[in-house]
Amino acid sequence: MFMAPKPIEGEKRVFMTGNEVVAWAATAAGAEIMYGYPITPQNEIMHYWTRMAPKYGRKFLQTEDEISAGFTTVGGVLAGKRAFTATAGPGNTLMQEPMSMAEMMRLPTVLVVTQRGGPSTATVIYSQQELTMTCFGGNGEGMRIVYSTSGHQDLYDYTIKAFNTAWKYRFPTFVLGDGYQSKMREPVTIYDPEARNISMVPAEAYMGNPGTPGVDRDPVHLRNTYNMEEELLKVINDNMATYESIAPEIVEYQEEEVEDAEVLLISHGIVSRAAQGAMKLLREEGFKVGYFRPITVRPFPAEQLRERAEKAKCLLVIESAYGQLKRIVTDSLYGCTTTIKSYMKPGESVTVEEVVEKVRSLY
Amino acid sequence: MSVQPQMPRTWRTETKPHKFCPGCGHPLVLKALSWAIEELEIEEKVVFGCDIGCSLLAWDFFNLDSVQTHHGRTTPVITGIKRVRPDLVGVAYMGDGGGYAIGSQHLVNSAMRNEKVTVILVNNTQYGMTGGQMAPTTLPNQKTETTPYGRSVEETGLPTKGPEMVASISSEGSYVARGTVSNVRQLKKYIKRALEAQLNGNFSFIEALSLCPTNWRTNAEETWKFLEDQMSKYFTVGEFKTPAQKKEG
Amino acid sequence: MAKGARIALAGEGGQGVQSVAEIITEAAYEEGREALYIPNFGVEQRGGVSVAYVQISDEPIGSPKFKTADIVIALSPRAIERTKKYVGNETIFVYDADMEGVEESLPDNAAKVLAIPAIRIAKEELHPRVFNVVIMGAVIGATGVVSLERAKQAIEKKLGYKFEKDPSLREMNFKALEYGMRLVKEKEL
Repeated sequence: MFMAPKPIEGEKRVFMTGNEVVAWAATAAGAEIMYGYPITPQNEIMHYWTRMAPKYGRKFLQTEDEISAGFTTVGGVLAGKRAFTATAGPGNTLMQEPMSMAEMMRLPTVLVVTQRGGPSTATVIYSQQELTMTCFGGNGEGMRIVYSTSGHQDLYDYTIKAFNTAWKYRFPTFVLGDGYQSKMREPVTIYDPEARNISMVPAEAYMGNPGTPGVDRDPVHLRNTYNMEEELLKVINDNMATYESIAPEIVEYQEEEVEDAEVLLISHGIVSRAAQGAMKLLREEGFKVGYFRPITVRPFPAEQLRERAEKAKCLLVIESAYGQLKRIVTDSLYGCTTTIKSYMKPGESVTVEEVVEKVRSLY
Repeated sequence: MSVQPQMPRTWRTETKPHKFCPGCGHPLVLKALSWAIEELEIEEKVVFGCDIGCSLLAWDFFNLDSVQTHHGRTTPVITGIKRVRPDLVGVAYMGDGGGYAIGSQHLVNSAMRNEKVTVILVNNTQYGMTGGQMAPTTLPNQKTETTPYGRSVEETGLPTKGPEMVASISSEGSYVARGTVSNVRQLKKYIKRALEAQLNGNFSFIEALSLCPTNWRTNAEETWKFLEDQMSKYFTVGEFKTPAQKKEG
Repeated sequence: MAKGARIALAGEGGQGVQSVAEIITEAAYEEGREALYIPNFGVEQRGGVSVAYVQISDEPIGSPKFKTADIVIALSPRAIERTKKYVGNETIFVYDADMEGVEESLPDNAAKVLAIPAIRIAKEELHPRVFNVVIMGAVIGATGVVSLERAKQAIEKKLGYKFEKDPSLREMNFKALEYGMRLVKEKEL
């Protein structure tokens, strides 16, 4: 086996853009190939990856479109490699086709999404409008794992984690970032996973293992098409049972000051930074405000949220989309009588000041 | 004493009889592919990908590691495998709709990038699995479910000449040919050369003229007549690009 | 806010606002502060007003953009128009003194509006190329987010390879930095 030098020894504090962080994380995680197609604001992930790849014995393929980037990623995974791709917006739309194949066939693909404005081409800048699509896109059932990051440390930690989650559980895994995280610079600690006792789950080949098929071993026959409803129903039920059984191990969330919270702020991704900042300011002013952030937006920490939500007087869902998070929250809390309000800014950032103002207006 | 026809050893007996319609051309193409693989003794190295459409029925056809993908997407899946496992031999198997319509960008770009894969495309002039709609290869005036009065060249253009196109955009060293199920030995020879081109590090593309009595609504005689008299006239059988044409030096 | 600052820097492409923002933010980070910088970006690769949003704080930084800046620096008429929305009644608004006919468009709600002759000084007394370093000095002078020493180190880190070839460049850059700092301090008196 080719032994390339380690990209990072130990750990170090650096100051860089989010796209660079993702490229470093994928390299440190031992990703072997990136398949990609240009789209803003994802491009620099490819730019940094292609600069680092030859130094560490990694590969890159620029495909003809996102459909191909997704399907070549599927191919890389079938060949038993830690393969990944990255996209945004309309590219994410096209990526849903290969990701639905990965979902059906339990393929551990890793896709980094740098959300931009939508629908359509919209802006190349920022949004949280790809939440629904990333969690539930394609003609499927949402058997996916989606980590919503809030900044560079998350981008680094969860990009590494995504490879492990994907290969451990064999469901397509997503890192849901956004254009702001892609383009902004802030400090982050990057590290060799081993230095933190993180061992990488080995990737295994689905196809092309040694031996002549039919002679030394059975051939591998993989499909996503079924002739009969009963066959499909069984596959989906089995996969969903697996997904639901592992979900509690996968679910991650963050919370602060929820115990006595009258108003519970619910947000994900970078917006949660504004919510957290606002919560602190409001607490200083004496408002009983709590903060809850799902890190896995799929599977969603529904039980944990319900427990907190039932104690609160009002929930405020804050997002840079028109109710995509709110829909998931509402669905998760069915039957809970706490009022759900929202602060929605599709395609635009949410600042601390705005959240403070909004919460004050609720009192 | 009856003599059973010999089955290629890469055919998987457990999944026979196969699921193609009586009179379908696919098994002949798959037989030619088997023979070519066996002559080259590369069974251990082949990964076989099939598309959506009738080609998907080949998903468990062989004693070969096989993956059935999406409509038009077999070329990128096999490309993705081959990029990280250059020791394998990748075969992407699809129909004319998959290769020339929904997946044409993948065919064109994999040829232009000289991906080290072999694409085999079965041309039966229409979409078989979905019930006989017009394909890019439907002949002028040919009746299909979506051209019930015959394909109008004015409205829908001319049938796609795939190998001619691929030959003009592919790299030197690549191999491009059009065979026919009416000459399986020749088809096997072409496929073998295609696999050899891949083994030598180049792209290869085979179009195989095939039969679809089910959707053509033809009897045995008419089926062969359509292939020999009409398809073969429009779609020239032969080699369009061979590594021998590679300039020396 | 202890020595914290929210800075919006805006200019035309080529005026170097992004590199100024990057250097200041990185210098603050090197001093152990929380620091975040994000450029505006859109479908226009070139052209359009270039805006840099910088935040330096002792607390973790919330959203990468903000509603109101502590200091806005606008280096072109279009930049003034573009950044007025970040002005609040505690904001110091700095613009280049050599712009003509912009009086009408200056914000009327800022705590202070300062005109500094950065372009002219860079051109006449230093070198047009160090214009953005004058601006950097002005930002540091107005906010005190990083020390002069640290700012010099940051410039050294960024341009050291050029200084090696021509040490006089170092002197000119540092002079520009100090000049910039003085420009705002004089104005504030």
